[in-house]
Amino acid sequence: MTKLTQWLWALVLLGSAWAALTLGALELPPACQEILWPLPAYLLVSAGCYALGTVGYRVATFHDCEDAARELQSQIQEARADLTRRGMRF
Amino acid sequence: MASKRTKPNSPRSLKQTEVRGPAQDKYSVLLPTYNERENLPLIVWLLVKSFSDSGINYEIIIIDDGSPDGTRDVAEQLEKIYGSDKILLRPREKKLGLGTAYIHGMKHATGNYIIIMDADLSHHPKFIPEFIRKQKEGNFDIVSGTRYKGNGGVYGWDLKRKIIRLYRKEVLQKLIENCVSKGYVFQMEMIVRARQLNYTIGEVPISFVDRVYGESKLGGNEVVSFLKGLLTLFATT
Repeated sequence: MTKLTQWLWALVLLGSAWAALTLGALELPPACQEILWPLPAYLLVSAGCYALGTVGYRVATFHDCEDAARELQSQIQEARADLTRRGMRF
Repeated sequence: MASKRTKPNSPRSLKQTEVRGPAQDKYSVLLPTYNERENLPLIVWLLVKSFSDSGINYEIIIIDDGSPDGTRDVAEQLEKIYGSDKILLRPREKKLGLGTAYIHGMKHATGNYIIIMDADLSHHPKFIPEFIRKQKEGNFDIVSGTRYKGNGGVYGWDLKRKIIRLYRKEVLQKLIENCVSKGYVFQMEMIVRARQLNYTIGEVPISFVDRVYGESKLGGNEVVSFLKGLLTLFATT
């Protein structure tokens, strides 16, 4: 089964469960009914916030490596000198 | 087990496999290039230094796609300096793409491990001995560099997809047979297929320094085709 069909299956199962419950398939207390109805919307918004939050956090804490950049620059000098000695015409 | 002898300059068929003991491991680095006249000598020098310092048996295969800036001339000079057993030139007439460059390069590789990396200086060859160590440690089929874990990081805000990976030769051959996408997307597809085929994958943190010389071949087009590729993979695997 492809990933797409897996997701579609999951959506259909959860969707029909939600529809059945909101239409009163089981006798649920009113408090439950009240939060059940907008639940998909809540979940969607929460998922969105979580995604944005994670991306933002990772971007903010992304490791910066200036040492690597400096090291590379000095090695470039070394490389050019060594290669010129060995006959490279740049 | 002795390796098979072939005539010089004849391409190895994909079906031949080299069986070597651990003391005879050889690492083939595939370097596809297009207009990398400035970077090529530097990346080769760094590769040679990393391998020699660690006593690793290696070869560097340069696949130039008819660069108009004289990359090939620079490659020929490097071949003279380091020897044609270490620097293999396998150029092509024109730009034929990354995937086919790897396939072409692999046909001429005599190592039992393949390293694919970018020819700009964004990946430093100093990490390669760590890749090799990691591969031995976990007996991995594939080792990939990551900027997101451990000491990994970037210098310069270039978050485009740059890949450096070590593969067992037979694993890479199998994966390339199975991949369908073109361009940079196929690098991603390789990992998806690798997971499907239950290959083991290890990771090594690397630092990525934004390209010093030359122009990147990555553009807005690539982002769009990357997303399309992602959706295609999602719908077909």
